[in-house]
Amino acid sequence: MSPDELASLSDSLFSISIALYSLAMVAFSAQLAFGRRAARTRELVGAGGPAGELPTEAPAAAEGGRGRRWGTVAMVLAALGAVAHGGVLVARGLAADRLPWGNMYEFSTATVFVAVVAYLVFALRAPGLRHIGLFVLAPVVLSMVLIGLFLYAEAGPLVAALRSYWLAIHVSTAIIGFGVFFVSGIASVLYLAATRHEERVAAGERPGSLLSRLPGAAALDRVAHRTAVFGFPIWTFTVIAGAIWAEAAWGRFWGWDPKETWAFIAWVVYAAYLHARTTAGWRGTPAAWVNVVGLGVMIFNLTFVNMVSTGLHSYAGVN
Amino acid sequence: MTITAPPRPPAAAPPPARPSSGRRVAGLLLRWWRRLTAMRTAIVLLFLLALAAVPGSLLPQRSLSQNNVNQYFADHPSLAPVLDRLYLFDVFSSPWFAAVYLLLFVSLIGCVLPRGLEHYRAMRAAPPPAPRNLLRLPDAGELPTALPAGQALDVVEEELRVRRFRVVRREGELSAEKGYLKETGNLLFHLSLVALLLGLAGGKLWGYEGSILVTEGQGFCNSFQQYDTYSAGPLVDSGDLSPLCVDLEDFRAEYEDNLTAASFTADIGYGAPGEEGRTTTIGVNDPLRLDGDRVYTTGHGFSPTFTVTRPDGTSLEDVSVPFLPSDQATMASQGALKVPDLRPDGEDQLAVEGFFAPTGLVQGGVLTSVDPRPLAPQVALVAYQGYLGLDSGIPQSVYSLDSAQIDRGSLTEVGSANLSVGEAMTLPDGTTIAFTGYRQFAAFQYSHDPGQLWVLGSSIALLTGLLGMLLLRRERVFARAAAAPGDGGTVLTLASITRGSGENAPRFAALTDDLTNALTARRSAPRSPGPGPEDPPRVS
Repeated sequence: MSPDELASLSDSLFSISIALYSLAMVAFSAQLAFGRRAARTRELVGAGGPAGELPTEAPAAAEGGRGRRWGTVAMVLAALGAVAHGGVLVARGLAADRLPWGNMYEFSTATVFVAVVAYLVFALRAPGLRHIGLFVLAPVVLSMVLIGLFLYAEAGPLVAALRSYWLAIHVSTAIIGFGVFFVSGIASVLYLAATRHEERVAAGERPGSLLSRLPGAAALDRVAHRTAVFGFPIWTFTVIAGAIWAEAAWGRFWGWDPKETWAFIAWVVYAAYLHARTTAGWRGTPAAWVNVVGLGVMIFNLTFVNMVSTGLHSYAGVN
Repeated sequence: MTITAPPRPPAAAPPPARPSSGRRVAGLLLRWWRRLTAMRTAIVLLFLLALAAVPGSLLPQRSLSQNNVNQYFADHPSLAPVLDRLYLFDVFSSPWFAAVYLLLFVSLIGCVLPRGLEHYRAMRAAPPPAPRNLLRLPDAGELPTALPAGQALDVVEEELRVRRFRVVRREGELSAEKGYLKETGNLLFHLSLVALLLGLAGGKLWGYEGSILVTEGQGFCNSFQQYDTYSAGPLVDSGDLSPLCVDLEDFRAEYEDNLTAASFTADIGYGAPGEEGRTTTIGVNDPLRLDGDRVYTTGHGFSPTFTVTRPDGTSLEDVSVPFLPSDQATMASQGALKVPDLRPDGEDQLAVEGFFAPTGLVQGGVLTSVDPRPLAPQVALVAYQGYLGLDSGIPQSVYSLDSAQIDRGSLTEVGSANLSVGEAMTLPDGTTIAFTGYRQFAAFQYSHDPGQLWVLGSSIALLTGLLGMLLLRRERVFARAAAAPGDGGTVLTLASITRGSGENAPRFAALTDDLTNALTARRSAPRSPGPGPEDPPRVS
């Protein structure tokens, strides 16, 4: 296929993956709607259990057959969506004959891809987490639509400064780190929602919302922490690799360029999160808020710093 | 930090139980120290550090662009001086930013050093004795076996040693521990941060950086007098700069079909002054690295050349003036040519403001650039005559005319024209300005940062420590053997406790399974000449 055909294939796959993710969202909603309420008792046990392992008990036992079927359909659709999503990047890379993360459109698309894959891996290993599919895919679809609308850039060659093997090292790890933090942030948001829900249940209210279908708060907190623990060394490496590249490309390893500053801020906030989670008085809800702030910083660093600030990381390619 | 006790009025008859003032100060200091080194304070300081960095990215910074700061002063004349007094244009070198990170580092050291001592002791000490009630630990269970107590513990010890535990046997029980490297990683990570900060500080104190524009065929030497701009740490002795000169022989910019910049390379010659130099090619991502110093090419542009001829025949041949690119995509550039000394009286000086287009397109008399490659170079010139004020002592830019001089009338416009290479314009007094061609210039940056390798080493240590701290597991296993009630077998009580992972249950289950298998295997196999139950306690 010619580069032009590959580029348009990539664009079609982008739309296809949004469509598949949207269908998966519908199926996840159906799973939540048709699943039986019995699941709640299991959640409360999970939340209070001292050993605190992931809710690995198959939800099938508690769930209606219809709900389970919808859950399977949703997972298959999400996985197909991820395949198409991966295809977007592969076709892009082949069309431009380089790594497919040379501008903001490609970077963000790859980041969301990592987030989806991270979620799928979790959902395969801990089926209890499949419930949160709707809450993961909703921000995914939203991000994809926004990326398609506002960040789209034609496949094209890289500017001179990006032609370095550090692109493969620094930018790939940035994408992986961001994708992992994305999942971590969502888990913390869900944790905050689930905690409030559990408090209301404990207070004797019977809030009849989707939240009662969430996995237990403790499980969500663990997902958030574990992903952040996984993401933090990756982010540290990203910053170090970026500094090494900057030393070769810009003449200094650190210069408080806006992107560098915000990468530093994100690093400090995640360090605070990891400390907070093991410090009395900060455990639980306050720590989760720190993690949410971390995700906010990451998103700010991607959007505002790329598009509004003027710095050396001006590779957005957005017109 | 110093804390002085508030002056106390001399009490007439102090109650005898009151502690002495020295002790109270010590108590106060201790309380402050504890508060500072508490983890809660560290988290708050981390937040403060993140927050303190924010204005540095939202407001223009002198360290990044003095021009942007000047622009901000022009746009916000009343607000900017206030911000400036709060160091908001020099956030990262401001006292309050330094206060936050220094407090954070003091807190870090105060937290890490005691932990380091404790860790050192723990590494030399035997694992602690088993708690009295093992079944209360998070993961615990009982294993019945037909082996006598001593042999059963032998099996457990063997299995744990295979798993690289440190094992100590005590009367009828066993304690084992592994994963000391987790804490070592933790300490390494935090101490690397301190080393990193020291490296940064060293680089700031003894490092320097200079930038200069060099047109093809010209060069520069490493000295502060030559640089267009430079910055140097307070401990840099300007006589101590490495003796090096660099000449730009040729500069090439290459572009893709869609005019994306593909590469910028500069062929340079370099060497000590007066020495036969070596040649090399440097470019984007590819600086010249010498012992402790680096030479970068950070930008490029065009220097159009002009020949100015006065009516009396005196002329200035092929003067090249660097024009600064105002648009990197088309390399449209602007600059100025100032000719103060063609005539001795100096009262009729010439100044030309120019716009250079590497590939020019004239529409309605206005010249624009359509391509960054020099395919059809053109200049648009506006010539002024009058007094330039170069000898007035007020510094002025070599790249532009001072518009105030034009407004004041000390410079008056005497002509304008769009010229291609080889064309000339003639001013009313008969002076001609000919556009004779162009050369390329490169922006060079010379950097010296002695802390750089130190910072790199610290970063690698930091990452190693971080990985050890986050991935390793500190695990203790206890076992106690007791005679089973009845037929003479043994009941092993096993328990484990883990730091660093919430998911210990499956691992404990696996360990228990392996132990059960090993106990069964030992029972059926002939007794190996292993350590007997009479052996004294050992520490490995």
